[in-house]
Amino acid sequence: MIRVVLPAHLKMLANVSGEVELEVAGTPSPASVIDALEATFPMLLGTIRDPLTQQRRKFIRFYACERDLSLEAIDVALPDDVQRGREPFFVVGAMAGG
Amino acid sequence: MSGVRVLVGTRKGAFVLRADGARKNWDVSGPFFGGWEVFHVKGSPVNPNRIYASQSTSWFGQLIQRSDDGGRTWNPVGNQFLYDGVPGTHQWYDGTPHPWEFARVWHLEPSLSDPDTVWAGVEDAALFRSVDGGLSWSELSGLRGHDTGSAWQPGAGGMCLHTIIVSPTNPRRIFVAISSAGAFRSDDEGATWRPINHGLHSEGLPDEDAEVGHCVHRIALHPSNPDVLYMQKHWDVMRSDNAGDSWTEVSGNLPSDFGFAIDVHAHEPETVYVLPITSDSEHFPPEGKLRVYRSRSGGNEWEPLTKGLPQENCYVDVLRDAMAVDTLDDCGVYFGTTGGQVYASANSGDSWEPIVRDLPAVLSVEVQTLA
Repeated sequence: MIRVVLPAHLKMLANVSGEVELEVAGTPSPASVIDALEATFPMLLGTIRDPLTQQRRKFIRFYACERDLSLEAIDVALPDDVQRGREPFFVVGAMAGG
Repeated sequence: MSGVRVLVGTRKGAFVLRADGARKNWDVSGPFFGGWEVFHVKGSPVNPNRIYASQSTSWFGQLIQRSDDGGRTWNPVGNQFLYDGVPGTHQWYDGTPHPWEFARVWHLEPSLSDPDTVWAGVEDAALFRSVDGGLSWSELSGLRGHDTGSAWQPGAGGMCLHTIIVSPTNPRRIFVAISSAGAFRSDDEGATWRPINHGLHSEGLPDEDAEVGHCVHRIALHPSNPDVLYMQKHWDVMRSDNAGDSWTEVSGNLPSDFGFAIDVHAHEPETVYVLPITSDSEHFPPEGKLRVYRSRSGGNEWEPLTKGLPQENCYVDVLRDAMAVDTLDDCGVYFGTTGGQVYASANSGDSWEPIVRDLPAVLSVEVQTLA
């Protein structure tokens, strides 16, 4: 079971509060977690990844285990603690300046 | 009893303003989609309970929301706006080829005959259509594929398709306007297009009479006379009597011929409203006086409408999609400002009252007249 923390706007859009728990087939990566997230909550399609390129939207960040995973390949395996459900995978809206 | 519903898109959400036919007492609901930019909200003329809204942010991209109960509840529908085939390039600011990139939906135009059909005008400029209530979208790529498409160039505000008008008497005829490519017309339901910019003069172009490249801000028509088009261009208010084949300037005595919004009275095809703004970059009303100008002669002669509007220290803007009219017997006129006010006139513009004063910056105003 993968635990996912969404930013407030996406929680509202998906009609959830708190963490989301997802079953992810195979070795979980940011890409496969988001695949599972979009399958469960289709209203989130295109809000985290660009619909054309399937890459992370530029103002979205991925964090886990106190690390920024945003610049790593989107299909790289998530940390073991995330895979085992001990730590959540964070989808974060980048801070706006000004 | 008859009434109106005013649909307001703002920088930080959507609002629905309701009143009976007297248009005196207003119920305000919202914000819907708080924190998101709502460029446009518009209802189906066939089924007024069906309303579409364009919701976006730089963070989470584009969503389309649909209400089937007159704006009380909303559900996201399809948001996949994929250009047809290999998108190709248009011209970038420095003159180099730049790939077409989807940014957002500026305008939603529900069909005059089918509540499930709706067109979307997007940035980078293209026209999409849904025939399933917004669940899925297909590009009408004949527009972007026009011979001139690779030469289109964005203005300072991006390259957006912001105006869509389907002829009320000929459903095969569609008008669109793009900043800053100009106006285009299709006579085959959007399969093929021709520029309709003959007569436009734009000082910012090396060839002031170029076939494309004009910064058209808005086009409006009256349903009873669909060959007569009115245009607010970057500068110049223009009129065409032949469905855009040629244009003549009708700015007349306006204090500024720059502006964004333009609309036509619901029952008087030659009564036109504009809201002059100063430019180049000021983008506030001349002399700090918020004045709607009305022509009862199809242009050239304009009278200021000021009663109830601030006549000093007013420095707001009124954007291209932020003016609308209702179709009650005494035509109502509405506009919203970047200062968050939405003004209404229940007497064709003779006097005005604010419905609300403190919304986020208003991006769009549409009105539904309810039986």
